[in-house]
Amino acid sequence: MAEIPTANFPNVETTVLGADEIILNMGPQHPATHGVLRVKLKLDGEKVVGSECIIGYLHRGVEKIAEHRSYQQFAPYVDRMDYVAAVSNGLGYCEAVEKLMGVEAPPRARVIRTILTELQRIASHLLWLGTHALDIGALTPLFYCLREREEILKIFEKYCGARLTTHAFRIGGLQYEAYDELEKDVERFCKDFEQKVNEYEQLLTENRIWVGRTKGIGVISAQDAIDMGATGPIIRASGVKWDIRKAFPYAAYDQYQWEVPTGKNGDTFDRYLVRMEEMRQSRRICLQAIENIPTGPIMARIGKVLKPPPGEVYHSIEAPKGELGYYIVSDGTTQPYRVRIRPPSFINLEAFDKMVRGHLVADVVAIIGTLDIVLGEVDR
Amino acid sequence: MANDPEEKQPPAPPPGEKPVAPAPPAAGAPPAAAPPKPAAPAPPKEAPPKPEPLDNELVKHYNSRFGEAICEAWLDRKQAILVVDAARLREIAEYSCDEEKFDLLTDLTVVDWPKREKRFDIILNLYSFPKNERLRLKVWAGENEPVPSVSGIWGTANWLEREAYDMFGIAFTGHPNLKRILLPDEWQGHPLRKDYDILTQDTAWVRENLGIESGQ
Repeated sequence: MAEIPTANFPNVETTVLGADEIILNMGPQHPATHGVLRVKLKLDGEKVVGSECIIGYLHRGVEKIAEHRSYQQFAPYVDRMDYVAAVSNGLGYCEAVEKLMGVEAPPRARVIRTILTELQRIASHLLWLGTHALDIGALTPLFYCLREREEILKIFEKYCGARLTTHAFRIGGLQYEAYDELEKDVERFCKDFEQKVNEYEQLLTENRIWVGRTKGIGVISAQDAIDMGATGPIIRASGVKWDIRKAFPYAAYDQYQWEVPTGKNGDTFDRYLVRMEEMRQSRRICLQAIENIPTGPIMARIGKVLKPPPGEVYHSIEAPKGELGYYIVSDGTTQPYRVRIRPPSFINLEAFDKMVRGHLVADVVAIIGTLDIVLGEVDR
Repeated sequence: MANDPEEKQPPAPPPGEKPVAPAPPAAGAPPAAAPPKPAAPAPPKEAPPKPEPLDNELVKHYNSRFGEAICEAWLDRKQAILVVDAARLREIAEYSCDEEKFDLLTDLTVVDWPKREKRFDIILNLYSFPKNERLRLKVWAGENEPVPSVSGIWGTANWLEREAYDMFGIAFTGHPNLKRILLPDEWQGHPLRKDYDILTQDTAWVRENLGIESGQ
């Protein structure tokens, strides 16, 4: 028989135990941790009194890889961080390098980028909703959500041939012209989607079990959320009306009318409502964008060999999970001197400990779900 | 440094284009990418030339308050950068957060310039909700020079500093729990330093704990 390994918990936080306290290990292989997240929980009975996240199981050294690739070569790697929102990752990276070089993508490219990125936001939120509801015990929404997500992935596939790690954009614009029926496909999806969101809400919003499992769970105040650096739907659900698409408009967002939804209580239920509303707003942006896609080139005039002038730039976008930032330092060669990725999941996960204290073990999965983390991005 | 604007739509016709020469060798298998690799880290230039100096209201506030501790200020791609003295970082960070209202620490990271006397740039990307403005604080630190932790000012710095310690070996003084975050606790070396590469990585750990030879 194999030897049973002895438990080893070196962290002070969890080693000082009261008489009634135990340590529970959750993950890294656990379906409700959405990847390989390991959480050590300090429990008093069924109540969580402390926690520690252990991450890094998916660490691939993306930032180091970047230093040994040319600017274009690194672009596909960013898709593999937040692999359920690859288009958003790509947009952030391409725009950051464009900013570094002082070029701008042509208007047509920017509008198409906006459409695809908003579709990606819907797809990412759909996957979040399906799995989050599944964690809490509602099986049905998962099938509905994946059905709609499939429609979006089909649009991606038609556009660039890939569904998940799309590498849809290029530095300076787009590689591929929009296919003939893009507008029609997006329009059809958006038309249907309005009713679909209402359908999900019918399943959940007034469902007693759902409300019981999410209201008042994982509360984080606006002040704490800012202190912990949380961004995206988390900070909005706490009542901070802040969205990078409004604060520092990029792509073509300044051309469209849409609202930034906010919550009040900063609990799991409010985060759910905020994300549902965000899907509706994304749909609204898509519908406005397909109305009038400018004609013209899709690629800016840039050379084949990119040599951005020495210097540094920070550029961030509103990814589905929060602020996705790229800090790129150039030394004037063809390879970036340093690429720092500010991952929203990593920093949002940091607030986990604050949110989980005082709740029951069963709520831990609800809180992991509501954070909407992707471990590929947490670990990079 | 301008790029040659030789083609309007370079990627559109990929098969016909031959002059894409620089890409294929590096795009191939790792061995093919090897020759250019040593060349890249070898001539790491010193800190890039500073573009336009910055002298606005904000910098005046900082200057009048901290005087000598504000070493330099410049704009790069319209983004404000302020280099401050490492010894007074905590104080300056506190002032930025409380009085200049840079209440969100967006990011904290490090850049390694091994040829420089003080090899590390510690970079704090700040954002102010009331002003909708970003500011980048920069600190120069030598190899074994401690840097004050700002985790008491912005809670988010806790993990970010742990990551900086993990990847660069920066010792943040006053950090409540400074240990590795992404790599295993027993890992040797700090991977994002410029002198760390696949030949110097910790193969012993991989062999012992995973029972495989390292990927290279």
